[in-house]
Amino acid sequence: MNGRTSNGVPILRLGDVLVTGLLNELDDKSAVAFTDELTTRISSDGARGVLVDISRLEIIDSFVARTLMELTTMARLLGARVIVAGMRPPVAITLVELGLQLDGVETALNAELGMAALGWYQSAQPPQGGGRDTDR
Amino acid sequence: MHPVRTEEDLLSVRHAVRAATLSAGFSIIDQTRVVTAASELARNAYIHGGGGTLTVDHLVRHGTAGLRLTIRDDGPGIGDLDQAFIDGFTTGAGLGHGLGGARRLMDEFEVHSEPGAGTTVIAVRWASR
Repeated sequence: MNGRTSNGVPILRLGDVLVTGLLNELDDKSAVAFTDELTTRISSDGARGVLVDISRLEIIDSFVARTLMELTTMARLLGARVIVAGMRPPVAITLVELGLQLDGVETALNAELGMAALGWYQSAQPPQGGGRDTDR
Repeated sequence: MHPVRTEEDLLSVRHAVRAATLSAGFSIIDQTRVVTAASELARNAYIHGGGGTLTVDHLVRHGTAGLRLTIRDDGPGIGDLDQAFIDGFTTGAGLGHGLGGARRLMDEFEVHSEPGAGTTVIAVRWASR
């Protein structure tokens, strides 16, 4: 790792998927640091998917929008797919009125659906001990 | 009166405007619109205007609550206002939607700018009914 102090947002790895999120108190410097760190992690962890949960974000202004679009582009150049999940409805309305559509950014209603899109499925029923997995 | 001199001030401005929208009884969507517009305008003042101030005033008209944001800076001013409102036009690090976008999020919007004499933006949003 490069040892740089980031904005303190954890980046978790689940297999080949990185899971992270943006906090509401995101200043411009932290947003840039976050993008740099996540892009580095995609490469060092060999990630093929990235889930960015934004359900904590109370606003997305043009700077945050640009950050998300740049992150998505950089990840794509490294061969990873980014899904931005959990946008609040008022944020979606405001973004459209602001004139932004997050072009090129894949979104999901929530983190669970985002993870499913990245190939992580939750079984319909909780496991009930061994021996039931007779499907295959 | 809130200073817009540092990046940290941009967050303080958002907090102050959020608190004002709450005390004015704005819906969650109107809160989001006004805080987002304030964030765009404050960043403009910080980046293009070299810093400035934001003032929030509570208004009432025919029983409807409103908020007026006044953002002043002492920067170089906006040379071509018509051009500055066009989406995608930017001289800074944003997406070029700041001024035009902020105008769409607010009900009333005025820009006063003179080369060398800074810029003042006055933006009003009334509570939706």
